[in-house]
Amino acid sequence: MAQITYRQAINDALAEEVERDENVVVMGEEVAQFDGAYKVTEGLLKRFGPKRIVDTPISEAGFIGMGIGAAMMGIRPVMELMFWSFSYVAFDQLCNNAAAVRYMSGGLINCPIVVRGPANGGTNVGATHSHTPENIVANHPGIKVVCPATAYDAKGLMKTAIRDNDPVFVMENTILYNDKWEVPEEEYLVPLGKANILREGKDLSIIAHGRAAITSLRAAEELKAKHDIDVEVLDLRSIRPLDEDAVIETVKKTNNVLLVEENKPFCGVGAQLTYLIQERAFDYLDAPIKRISSIDAPQIYCKKLEDTQIPNVERVVKKVLEMA
Amino acid sequence: MAEIIEMPKLSDTMTVGTLVSWLKKEGDEVASGDMICEVETDKATMEVECFADGVLLKHYVAEGGEIPVGSPMCAVGEKGEEPPAVDTGAIADKAEELKKEESEEEDSEEKPAEKPEEAPTQSAPAQPSGGAKPEPQGRKQEFIPEEDDSEPAPAQAEGGRIKVSPLARKLAEEKGIPLSAISPSGPHGRIVKKDVLKAIEEGVKAPAPKTAKSDAPAASSAPAQYVPSGAPIAEDGPIKVTNMRKAIATRLVESKTTIPHFYLEVEVDAAPLLELRAEINHHLSNRAPEEGGIKLTVNDFILKAATEALRRVPAVNASWMGDSIQQHGSVHMAFGVAVPDGLVTPVIRDAHAKTLRQISIDTKELIQKSRNKKLTPQDMSGSTFTVTNLGMYGTSGFYGIINPPNAAILSVGATIKKPVVDKDGNLAVGQRMAIGLSCDHRVIDGATGAEFLQALQSILESPALMLV
Repeated sequence: MAQITYRQAINDALAEEVERDENVVVMGEEVAQFDGAYKVTEGLLKRFGPKRIVDTPISEAGFIGMGIGAAMMGIRPVMELMFWSFSYVAFDQLCNNAAAVRYMSGGLINCPIVVRGPANGGTNVGATHSHTPENIVANHPGIKVVCPATAYDAKGLMKTAIRDNDPVFVMENTILYNDKWEVPEEEYLVPLGKANILREGKDLSIIAHGRAAITSLRAAEELKAKHDIDVEVLDLRSIRPLDEDAVIETVKKTNNVLLVEENKPFCGVGAQLTYLIQERAFDYLDAPIKRISSIDAPQIYCKKLEDTQIPNVERVVKKVLEMA
Repeated sequence: MAEIIEMPKLSDTMTVGTLVSWLKKEGDEVASGDMICEVETDKATMEVECFADGVLLKHYVAEGGEIPVGSPMCAVGEKGEEPPAVDTGAIADKAEELKKEESEEEDSEEKPAEKPEEAPTQSAPAQPSGGAKPEPQGRKQEFIPEEDDSEPAPAQAEGGRIKVSPLARKLAEEKGIPLSAISPSGPHGRIVKKDVLKAIEEGVKAPAPKTAKSDAPAASSAPAQYVPSGAPIAEDGPIKVTNMRKAIATRLVESKTTIPHFYLEVEVDAAPLLELRAEINHHLSNRAPEEGGIKLTVNDFILKAATEALRRVPAVNASWMGDSIQQHGSVHMAFGVAVPDGLVTPVIRDAHAKTLRQISIDTKELIQKSRNKKLTPQDMSGSTFTVTNLGMYGTSGFYGIINPPNAAILSVGATIKKPVVDKDGNLAVGQRMAIGLSCDHRVIDGATGAEFLQALQSILESPALMLV
């Protein structure tokens, strides 16, 4: 199996879907002529032409609104946000329109739009470019939210998202774009709402998503090597729908839980997981649930400080040692 | 117009209730159906329902106070309304009087002498009055160097509350290990899973004396450590008797003095039973409860086996009625549950018509209700046979006192590994369970009791019979 980057995996997914279905179009700022701000759409314009790969002006509210309108008319648009932080100016479109149109039309109108782009801090671009809003959008019924951690998932989830008849928000991570993973040549899909055990373990479960899952995986390997603590890492992959059963399974297996996320802590994904676990697996807990998230402050500009703000291997290892 | 809510009659024999706690404060809004207070009767502690809407205007009785059945407990009316005047002194006097009558009745049955209990109970406050408490202080001094807040405290430390993880609590409950017998190793003195597993490994079964902790690190068990100072093990003085303890005392004296007990015993080979249980649990206990997951206890099997044995020898499922014997067509199986202030015997109704799984589910629910003091009088009445099991404490064998109007009680001891002669005449290690049967000779004769035990033995030793 070939190793390809997370970026290439998304590029492949987009190309395959544009190829497969004539209704699929890719739109966003600089996705065509410039090959994408992070080069995710590299080569697509050349291959599929300007009718399928469309540059938009710098106006998120406008072009996301256009995408939603197109989706309601039967097109399957994949909209790139240069940063998920820029989605905030399109929130009315995303959370009032895309999320609710199927419900408000009594099921008559679908909105098969995919909104994708990087959602993360860690690139030293300051508070207004570094949001991780999966918890915020997941709060709106009608929206599906996925956060791939590996190249395999990035490709498989993206293809499933494009074929889904509801709005699916794909939150990528710039730090992961260059990570290489094995990805099969043949076509495959990763279902939405199915978590993945990245690493089996018996002493403690880390539940994470997106880049935090990769951070946790590395921490787990260090914990095994240096401290003989056997950590299971469950990658949620999809925030909504949430794979509740997989969460409960791992809690029942290890009885100890650490939640790791790049969200801010307040009302973060971890808060929802904590509720879920205490409701369905209270009697399986051997210790209070612990959580690591980004430190609760606007994203820091200074690189050295930002690196400590986001969950890193060192913080995860330290927390697990405290719990063990 | 304010309504007065009176003490309801919560059991057949109740004359006075003790108000354990108010669930609604003065000034709280209440609606019909709300629970307003908890009342302890001679049988159980129960929540009392409100039947009026409005604002709780006044409590006529403080928590801990006693109220005769039918006397006012509180008033409910409109906000700001003046509560009706009630002579609270008279309520207390009447409660006092009723209590006195009750205890005189008990005394006159027991011993015609004076009632010496009353005076000390009344005059002795719970705390020794005034003066220094030299003994605890002395003890404290000895331990000052070790009493360090930053050290993990023993599980029992904080106000008597034992800190335990949900998982450890569940495990300990399943294994019948009292939490007080487990040394904690978790953060802040919490008992965690591995402590329970360790206790199981070490064979802790009975509530161990505090000295059993001496193998734990000294600092963590400091306040509970054994002091060879010759100091008394507890403070002298009377302990106030709860209504439940009184009811137990009265009933058991009556049982043991009026029923001609005789006793039979049999030793059962428990190995097949333990094997079957392990196999069933292997398949069932990994499933979620909603998917039929359940963990069967040894006690569940015994309750089922006793029920089946009663089906074979129904003469044991009967009651002495004075001039006749009442034969019961159904098995309503009571079992003893130890609760902090005494013992209750909830009843599995129609046990003869229930599967092992259903008996297990019912048992777990009744135990839960017993521990939470939520048993209703209905849950505890109408038994036709009783099982009492002290196996989890390691007791090797015993004979219970008959729980009237039952004609017999089955007492189950621990399963103990001991040398046995197997069917080929060789010495082997056997798993043996001692089972005692106390019978009412007016209803059951020796041969009948023996026949019942024989049936029970054959079922327990071929436990698959319970499943068909």
